[in-house]
Formats: sequence, C-alpha cells, structure tokens
Amino acid sequence: MRVPRYWRNIPFRYRLVGWRCNHCGTFHQEKPIICKRCRHRELYEVELPKTGKLVAYTIVQSTPKEFNLVSPYAIGLVELDDGTRILAQLTDFREDELREGLRVEAVFRKIRVDGEQGIIEYGYKFRPLIE
Amino acid sequence: MTKVFVAGVGFTKIAEHWDRGLDELMAEAALKALEDAGISSVNAIYVGNMLGEALQEQAHLGTLLAEDLGLVGVPAFRVEAAEASGAAAIYQGALDIASGKSETVLVVGGEKLSDGLGEEVSSALMMSGHQEYEGFIGADFYALNALLYRLYDKRYGAGGVAMFPVISHDHAVGVPHAQYPFKLTLEKVLSSPFIAEPLRRMEVSGIGDGAAAVVLIGERSAEKIKSPKTMLHISSSSDYITPFERENPLHFRALTMAVENVIREAKVERREINFIELHDASSIMAAISLESSGFAAPGEAGRLAEKGEFSLGGRIPCNTFGGLKARGHPVGATALYQVAEAHLQLTGRAGKNQVDSAKIGLVQSLGGVAATAFAILLRGV
Repeated sequence: MRVPRYWRNIPFRYRLVGWRCNHCGTFHQEKPIICKRCRHRELYEVELPKTGKLVAYTIVQSTPKEFNLVSPYAIGLVELDDGTRILAQLTDFREDELREGLRVEAVFRKIRVDGEQGIIEYGYKFRPLIE
Repeated sequence: MTKVFVAGVGFTKIAEHWDRGLDELMAEAALKALEDAGISSVNAIYVGNMLGEALQEQAHLGTLLAEDLGLVGVPAFRVEAAEASGAAAIYQGALDIASGKSETVLVVGGEKLSDGLGEEVSSALMMSGHQEYEGFIGADFYALNALLYRLYDKRYGAGGVAMFPVISHDHAVGVPHAQYPFKLTLEKVLSSPFIAEPLRRMEVSGIGDGAAAVVLIGERSAEKIKSPKTMLHISSSSDYITPFERENPLHFRALTMAVENVIREAKVERREINFIELHDASSIMAAISLESSGFAAPGEAGRLAEKGEFSLGGRIPCNTFGGLKARGHPVGATALYQVAEAHLQLTGRAGKNQVDSAKIGLVQSLGGVAATAFAILLRGV
C-alpha cells in the first residue's frame, strides 16, 4: 500500500472516526460525498464507541501475503455499544474465551508491514474487555 | 432489441498449467468456440478476467487476444467485475448484439492463478472486497464466508450445507475438463481442516488456470449459422460490498434481483428451469444462493441437498459438471464455463451428465460475497 493511501484513512484506522448520515444514520468509514444508503448529503463526523460485543468470529488459516507473519489471525464481527457493526482483527485473547457475546474493546496495534517499503501500518484491533 | 443466441462454446481443461500462458489458454478456448460455431471471425471480442494486472502484470487483454487469434482489426477489450468478470463480459457481448451494433461476438474468460504463490493469490483475490476496510485488516473472502456461516448456523442451523461440495464432486467424476474429477465424501469434507472456522478447506473452491469462450450471435446470423444454438438472457444487480453492511447478510439481494429480472425478461417461471449452475465458491454461498434466488426457503437449502434435490436426477440438479468446487474456479473464466456447460446441456451434448429433456438452464455468477450478481438464462431453441 502506498503511503498516501494509508495516510488518507488514518482517522478511521487509528480512532474509529468516520462519517454518519444525519438522515438515516448509516456509518461510513471514509468521508463520502453522499450517503450510500439514502443519498442524503448531510453527514457529520463521529467517533465510534470503543467497546462492544462479539457477534461472530473466525480464525483465518490461509492468509494473504500482507499477513503471513501474523498467520493465523482472528477476525471478528463486532457490534459496538451504539449498534454499529464493524469488522476487526481480534488480539490479546485466549482461544478458549472467544464466544458470541464476549465484551470487547478497541486497542491501537500494528496491523502489518508493507512489503516493499517496510512502512509499518497501524490501526485498531479488538480484545476482550478487561472490566 | 434483437434476440441473442449462443452459437458455439469452447474451453480448456482446468488445471495448474505451468507450461502455458494466460494468452495461450484464452486462444485455445476461443478457437474451439469459433470452430464449434463454424465461423472464423467476429465483429467484436470481449474478455472477462479479474487478475491479469496482479498476477501476469498484463493489462490490455482484449487486443492481445485479437492478435493471438489473427483477428487484428476487430474491436477487443477486457471487462472486470471481480469473480463475476466473465459474466460481465457476456453482459457486454449480449448488449452489443442486442443493440444491433454487432452481429457476431466472441466472449472469452481467462484466468491463470498458478502464476502467483498461494499467499499472492489470496492477496490478489482480496481485491474483490473493500480494500481500504476489509483488506486492510485481512478480512478476506474466507473470513467473510466463515462469519456468514456462523450467522447462518445461529439463525437456521447449518446442517446439510456441507453437502454442496459432495454434490459438485459427484457430478465432476469423468468430466474431462474438470480440475478435481473425483468423488468426495461428506466425511472427508467434515474432517478436512478449517480454512476459517467453521468453513473447512473442502468446502471452498481451489486454485486453477483455465479459459472458456462462447460465440454470441444475433437473429440475422442465426438463420445462416447452422451450429446448435440456445437463446440467452442476462441480468445483473449490485449490493454493498461488505455483507455485514446489508440489512440481512444471509440474503443475497443482488442475486434475487438479477434472477427475478432475467426470468421476467425471458417470460419463464421458476418451476420451468431444469437445472442451475451455481456460484459455489463456498458451500455456504451455494446454500444462500439457492435460498436467495427462490429455489429453497431460507435455511432449507442444506436439508434439500441432503435429500438429493440438487443432484443429477433430483428435482433441480445443480452444478451438472462439478461447479466451482470440482470443475474448478479460474475466477474470470468461471462464468464462461458455466454458460458453455449449460449450452451443452440444452443442445443435448452433455454426455453422461445430461439432464433429461433439459429446456431451460439458469447460470448464477457472483463477484465478491454476492456484491455483484449476474443471472443468465439459456433456453433451447
């Protein structure tokens, strides 16, 4: 991934900041010109809650080249406390504690290293919530 | 609008063709299709391919093929819609004929996945997802399918879903162009390792190279060209790329729309359809596809598969030559294989895989996790 492409989406990758439609409430990870669901043009910047629950998860065994150093890794579908559902890598878990409904929280982590330029790319992952 | 007919088909065996290039595979399929139609040239060429840039570092596949076929001068270009690229090329070819602009069109799908290492192919195939979001965190095709499988199991119970690869392999036995022409038992499917839990390795299609082609012609040419013909209708629809941004991820709305539109356009009823070529890139996608296109109630596809309804000789046979799982899934070529096989069925040339008195066949082709859907209806004439 080229550096400007990575850099353009840092607000979402680092802090789960995106854009919500003022009319239908749909969340967009990247700033849209028009809402992808209802086509309204009024959208506001929003920082998603950092906690939620695990809806479903899997362990990816056959990994793309960008992730071969972290293979296998876990992907979860997370429902945040405001109801927004996002996909995330899971981290800092024991395999036997992954289950539907598990409370999780967002953490800032290294996601991958760009193969050609060696740029370290960071972003969010989710881990079991320590209460 | 003039009617569109399939007048010739051709394809290569699907395999890891280490000694042959993408262009050679496409030329072989194209020349076989032209020969089957009994013609030597066409008014236009469309190429369906997904990963030429990523794996061969080659764009411009249309004109390259025209040159390889000795057809320099014929307009030729490539069409892309992820794993449904071949169907998108057929769509363009059919529009070209229907509009009256061209009277004969060659549509060729080609893909050569073995030019990449496994991890490079996995990476390239992620291009069908949303790279800024799913791709960045490694939520690849298998991961998305696994999450769908979990949701499906929770809502309906996933019993019987693992039968789909068994059915496809049963049908591929003895098929010369199939990549995996052998039986696969349910026990072997269920004891294969997870590729992304709960999805097992034997529930997803493999990696292969292949090319397939069809010759499309208009009504005026149909009087002159004497080869066996079928009439073609095609429709398409799109959906949110990430399945979990859809209101119901367990329903492929784009496929529903495409199928409803194509059967309305062709003025047929669902019950008149004799067989289906499904996009079984995974077992769970096969099940949801049948449910979304109205051939099984939600949550029922696996149970109907267990009863034999989708096997040759059953109520509505699916994947009559092995589908994506067993015939093979060279992505951009796959829809061309599906259409070629449906054409063989409807012209009585399917050999031991023949569906008795088949008159109407439905082909489904999906890009990503059904973010792009094509429905192609072929009818014997």
